[in-house]
Amino acid sequence: MHPAFSVIFLTTLIGVAQGLFTALMIGQTYELSDSSLSFGNDFYAIGAVLVLLFMGGGLIASFFHLGRPERAWRSATMWRTSWLSREVIAIPLFMFVTFLYAYTQYTGAANSTTLLIGLIGVIASFILFYCTGMIYACLSFLREWATPLTIVNFILFGTASGFSFAAFYAAISVPELIDVYASFAVVLTLLGFATRIWTLRRNAALKPKTTTQTAIGSKHSQVRQVSQGQMGGSYNTREFFHHKTAGTVKNVKLAFLILAFPVPVLLLCLGMAFDSGVTLFLAFATQYIGLIAERWYFFVQVNHPQNLYYQTIS
Amino acid sequence: MTQLALVIDLNVCVGCHACVTSCKQWNTSSGYAGALPDDNPYGADPTGVFFNRVQTYEVGSFPNTDTVHLPKSCLHCEDPPCVPVCPTGASHKREEDGIVLVNYDKCIGCKYCSWACPYGAREFDEHEKVMKKCTLCVDRIYDEDIPEAERKPSCVIACPASARIFGDVHDPESEVSKAIRNNNGFALMPEIGTKPANQYLPRANRKEY
Repeated sequence: MHPAFSVIFLTTLIGVAQGLFTALMIGQTYELSDSSLSFGNDFYAIGAVLVLLFMGGGLIASFFHLGRPERAWRSATMWRTSWLSREVIAIPLFMFVTFLYAYTQYTGAANSTTLLIGLIGVIASFILFYCTGMIYACLSFLREWATPLTIVNFILFGTASGFSFAAFYAAISVPELIDVYASFAVVLTLLGFATRIWTLRRNAALKPKTTTQTAIGSKHSQVRQVSQGQMGGSYNTREFFHHKTAGTVKNVKLAFLILAFPVPVLLLCLGMAFDSGVTLFLAFATQYIGLIAERWYFFVQVNHPQNLYYQTIS
Repeated sequence: MTQLALVIDLNVCVGCHACVTSCKQWNTSSGYAGALPDDNPYGADPTGVFFNRVQTYEVGSFPNTDTVHLPKSCLHCEDPPCVPVCPTGASHKREEDGIVLVNYDKCIGCKYCSWACPYGAREFDEHEKVMKKCTLCVDRIYDEDIPEAERKPSCVIACPASARIFGDVHDPESEVSKAIRNNNGFALMPEIGTKPANQYLPRANRKEY
């Protein structure tokens, strides 16, 4: 598949936002568990605004994916059947709850109120993770995507990057939280590393069910395309092929396996050891760049069955 | 319930692309789908939107080879994966005749339906920014201003070899149903479970095809 940067930025940015929101709630729970701690309402209110900024960035990116963005409002209508439609509903729902959380924290509402709104927000963020993952996982014949691992990876990468950012945010606002957030980020990143390698191994072992034979209904073992019926390119040759060399794809895979997982873990540990905001920011930045590469590879790895019809110009 | 569809006889198709050009001509001039655009048609990097392609395959190894021409358009699946994924309902399957269509006024151009189609039957129109696909000439087959014998998809009328048959595959007595029944009609990529309405008639008198 052709990797669309609009979708790459959408899914990675909202992942950070969803992880950051969960981190805020972990922070608030931690604060309330120990009466000697007091982080102040601003930490949560500003944190929730940052969540909204990441969500907004993702939303802006998503509009670049649409041919007719002015009609985007229509995309909430088919929620009964379409995971994309469900995502379109889950995004503003999560943003609305985040806004409520920011507002109630800003106005100094009771902890019971903010905790309840926060809990609803965490649930909304996980519903959103599920919807985003299912957009890809529900396409049963795109077998690289059609696995629960797709959803697990979206959740782990999103929360890991969100907690990495939260560790940096804590370093410049509430240093008591650095260790909590960075520890969560390390664990989530390592879990994500494990499930990503598991996914790579699973996908490498996939044997195609759909072949040139089933594509044209021939039982012969020797079938090859002589002509795809067109001399020039078409939507079919642009959207479903990545047109990158095997070397580039391999390098991107190596890059995300290093940048999204081990390097951030190392930087997070260093950041914890030295309470260094700069190091923690570098941990988040490296991980985010790594996750962009990961999402690029997520698209590029898919062999769409329609490609069987577009193998030879003439 | 009616399910209109095409049956294409692979014994007869000579790969002349008359169905491709007639489809392009009808659907560009009829107005229903808007023009099917071409960019740089005579330039170095030509591209365009088509509802129908004729592809050519070589089956077997030399010297025992068969050249097979496979016309490929939307198969109007009975269980179309492109329909439930559409977030706006633009991509839909008509109750009355089973034709899968895109409502070009509702389409937001997210391209998700094209990802969900294993056949690559949908092509994005970069000019109108909406997804386009074969309409089975829905603007022609019901047009009472056209002589009844010509109320068929443009590709069917254009085919000089009569390789294409059009009709209701749910009516067991229709020409298409009989052709499928008597000639072992088959569907493309049956393992995916889309239940294509369009079917193909396999090459006859070949030990291996």
